[in-house]
Amino acid sequence: MFEFSSIEQYHQSLQEGNITCAEAVAHYLEQIKKTGRLNAFIEVYEEEALQKARELDNQRRQARPLGKLHGVVIGIKDVLCHKDHLLTASSKILEGFTSIYSATAIERLLTEDAIIIGRLNCDEFAMGSTNENSAYGKVLNALDETRIPGGSSGGSAVAVQAGLCMVSLGSDTGGSVRQPADLCGIVGLKPTYGRISRYGLIAYASSFDQIGIFSKNIPDAALLLEVMAGADDFDSTVSERPVEQYSSSLTENKKYRIAFFNEALDHPSLDPEISKAMKGTLEDLRQKGHNVQPVEFDLLEYIVPAYYVLTTAEASSNLSRYDGIKYGYRTPVATDGLTEFYKETRSKGFGKEVRRRIMLGTFVLSSGYYDAYFTRAQKVRKLLYEKIKLIFNQFDFIFLPTTPAIAFRIGEKMTDPISMYLADIYTVMANLAGIPAISVPLYTHSSGMPFGLQVLSGRFNELSLLRVSNKLMEQYPKQK
Amino acid sequence: MVEKLAHLARLKFNEEEKQEIKSDLQRMISFVEKLNELNLDGVEPLLHLSDEVNVLREDEIKGSVSREEALKNAPLHDGEFIKVPKVIKK
Amino acid sequence: MAVKHIYETVIGLEVHAQLLTKSKLFCGDAIAYGAAPNTHVSPITLAHPGTLPKMNKKAIEFAVKMGLACHCEIEKNNYFARKNYFYPDLPKGYQISQHTTPVCKGGYISIKVNGTERKIRLNRIHMEEDAGKSIHDADDASTCIDLNRAGTPLIEIVSEPDLRSADETYAYLTELRKLLRYLDVCDGNMEEGSLRCDVNISVRREGETRLGTKVEIKNLNSIRNAKRAVEVESKRLVDMIERGETIIQQTRSFDADRSVTIAIRDKEDADDYRYFADPDLTPFLLEDEFIDRIRQSIPALQEERIKKYTGQWQLSEYDSQVLTEEKEIADYFEAIVQHTSNYKAASNWMTGPVRSWLNENNKEIDAFPLSAQKVAELIQLVESGKLSFSSASSRLLPYLIQHPSAQPELAAIEQNLIQQSDASSLEPLIDEVLTKYAEKVQEYKKGKKGVLSLFVGEVMKRSKGKADPKVTNELLLEKLKA
Repeated sequence: MFEFSSIEQYHQSLQEGNITCAEAVAHYLEQIKKTGRLNAFIEVYEEEALQKARELDNQRRQARPLGKLHGVVIGIKDVLCHKDHLLTASSKILEGFTSIYSATAIERLLTEDAIIIGRLNCDEFAMGSTNENSAYGKVLNALDETRIPGGSSGGSAVAVQAGLCMVSLGSDTGGSVRQPADLCGIVGLKPTYGRISRYGLIAYASSFDQIGIFSKNIPDAALLLEVMAGADDFDSTVSERPVEQYSSSLTENKKYRIAFFNEALDHPSLDPEISKAMKGTLEDLRQKGHNVQPVEFDLLEYIVPAYYVLTTAEASSNLSRYDGIKYGYRTPVATDGLTEFYKETRSKGFGKEVRRRIMLGTFVLSSGYYDAYFTRAQKVRKLLYEKIKLIFNQFDFIFLPTTPAIAFRIGEKMTDPISMYLADIYTVMANLAGIPAISVPLYTHSSGMPFGLQVLSGRFNELSLLRVSNKLMEQYPKQK
Repeated sequence: MVEKLAHLARLKFNEEEKQEIKSDLQRMISFVEKLNELNLDGVEPLLHLSDEVNVLREDEIKGSVSREEALKNAPLHDGEFIKVPKVIKK
Repeated sequence: MAVKHIYETVIGLEVHAQLLTKSKLFCGDAIAYGAAPNTHVSPITLAHPGTLPKMNKKAIEFAVKMGLACHCEIEKNNYFARKNYFYPDLPKGYQISQHTTPVCKGGYISIKVNGTERKIRLNRIHMEEDAGKSIHDADDASTCIDLNRAGTPLIEIVSEPDLRSADETYAYLTELRKLLRYLDVCDGNMEEGSLRCDVNISVRREGETRLGTKVEIKNLNSIRNAKRAVEVESKRLVDMIERGETIIQQTRSFDADRSVTIAIRDKEDADDYRYFADPDLTPFLLEDEFIDRIRQSIPALQEERIKKYTGQWQLSEYDSQVLTEEKEIADYFEAIVQHTSNYKAASNWMTGPVRSWLNENNKEIDAFPLSAQKVAELIQLVESGKLSFSSASSRLLPYLIQHPSAQPELAAIEQNLIQQSDASSLEPLIDEVLTKYAEKVQEYKKGKKGVLSLFVGEVMKRSKGKADPKVTNELLLEKLKA
């Protein structure tokens, strides 16, 4: 029986001849079939994956040089362009659309011989935190199928959680990788803004989006980051900074300076169990000699509104290209002129939550309101950016909860968008400031559901972030 | 106002949806009104998050695709042009 | 009797010029006018999901170059914004433009109308990407979209409403086009659409300081049509005022065949473009060093050259103007005078035989088969009396064009074109002629001086055109004195 624990162990098994890539792929294909009701995958590339696996097995037999991700079975969120494959952002408006190029990140994975096994379900256009907003139906949390897996990268989280692939890719604009990772009990990493190229990532909010990684352990996430990160000719916002060898230097024995916010840990919306667990960990770290300090943070109430103003504004513009003209869904109804054509196509093609956000984004950019909302939110962002920078002058990390509660029941939050948005309170900070953040699966709730700890570090400090996360997972292994 | 915004965004809503959107918008607006509590005098708006500047490319020809590839996804085309219902001139 | 008021027409122009870069503003598709539809497109041009723009360095250089040539202030801190609106030939549903933060501000273009020179102030020059093409009349039921042009770099040159007449409009557009071509920033072809002009026009009573309601006339396809549109529209507006009608702000187009403007749409439902800084692009900061480098690369412009031609080389104002209308012609002329100091002759050659050849063969000067040096040699041959201007231009020049490796002097000798200017070879012919036309000689001696040209002509005939007319003339005069 194929069992996966880490890429390193998998590569070792391959080298020792204990398993083959083809066997690994066959195993995952079977698991996917068995767990179809979870609805994590939109499309599975059965033949293609097996074919690739066989080729890689041949390569190994001929002792040819192997890619860093040789035979690694990966699922990718339905927002990542993969040449000659269907791509829909879980939306009707991209029905039947075949991408004619691959995202830079995807190309890098393929160059290192990864096997992409399928396209993963998500909230439409990455807008949502429950994966209930997909044109393909909702995704279920494998640990409790009556509960949400989180979103928007729900499918990607469940795929790793339920052992349907080794690692997966999602996208994180306001927490869409960290939150589902937290609710599903796995690792979810959002890199620094500009660390991984966004070319080929369907844009939701251009100055917030980053491709994120789901994995069972830190070394796997580190390896994937190493392969995908770095400069790219096609993305003007990507960083030119060299990429560190994250995967080979994860051990560190250092005493860290850790900041936390009382405003966060004592927030009325935070489940007291989560608060207690985190406070416990912080105290333990303090005992172990780390410098753990509270920092005043009075911007907590403002960051979610600022986030929604800015992301809906950018999204309203980014989604204008979906017009039924060059590609995607076009209204079959005969329309009286162009304006009607646009309205019919876009209103039928986009789901409710997407239309809602486009409307809000259009509002905050519209003349008369622009300064009051949009510019104001940009100023709040500046304040936050500077504040965070100051904190990282004195501290290595900020520790926060990832999300205020464990996975709630499906359908529970559908009626009130605002309460849903408020659940993003701990995750949006990293996207607003452009810093890297990770959700580390350390805890189990009394309900049996998992929850994690969120660690944030300064810009481009992924190496430290991964090191401390690795240490945390070693020191606090989850009790099953 | 919902009508004006919907038109700008090329969306349409039936009466029921309009009411829903209106109340959603109102809720959202109250939600983001919180930003007015802050004193933002002297704060510059953050326009660009990446710290790169002057990211330019050389004036070179590359990256074009064949017409076939280009039209492959078009809902309606004639092998040369993408086709769209006539623009009505007032 | 009603008193007719005197009206003043106020005009501002918005000109879009396509830059002569090889590739588009934000991606590497080639710029190609007239190419088969949708053959110069990439996923970026098609606005496929996940695509991102990247700025073309050259486009920025061109924009700054034009700004410097127009005496604009160059903005150092630049960025692009998104102008959001929906139209089928706008694939992203927004245009990336610098409308809100132009790279060049202020500045002016000098024009001369009826001897009066005026500086027409500019408001700004900014960069933006062009949209694709919508073709409405190819098909009854559909509009055809060609995205080849989508993403082509443009600069938009906006003037202040300083123009006051159709003539000034014509002069301004002519100067602007000339400048763009001089700088090699745009080829200024209005018929092909690489230069497009929108006219903003209003009228008011003379003396009034407030501007009247303005009307926009779009998409004029020639400088002449822009001029006519101004004439037609200003009359229409004045007539409306005289009739007591209210002018509403609207967009019109010009029907060149019927010489009328037609309303396209009212400006009442002005679009809210919701401009915001494009988060997919970085700011671009222009350093002084960069700006200076661009400044150095600006060639001598027309005004400067005219000064030199008239001042240093004593050419007439008129000749200088003609020679410098196009930079390439001026450059060629200047290359000729590197090898001869007979500026007047060089000027005559340029505006005469060279120009004729270009016109007849419908070519630009870069296709002229002779090097400037060879033309200089022709000038020297004429100057030295070895060749008459007429032989040089109508016989030797065509020969040299046919035989590009031939040397002018040798060819002249071979072709037997060298003038006879020595007295010993000419005198016998002269004697022949004077003998034959003895009666005419008598007439000449009696005062009919016009007969001289007959004698010269006859000598020319007998010499098969090779007699140097000047020398022949002198010798005849001498002989006839006797």
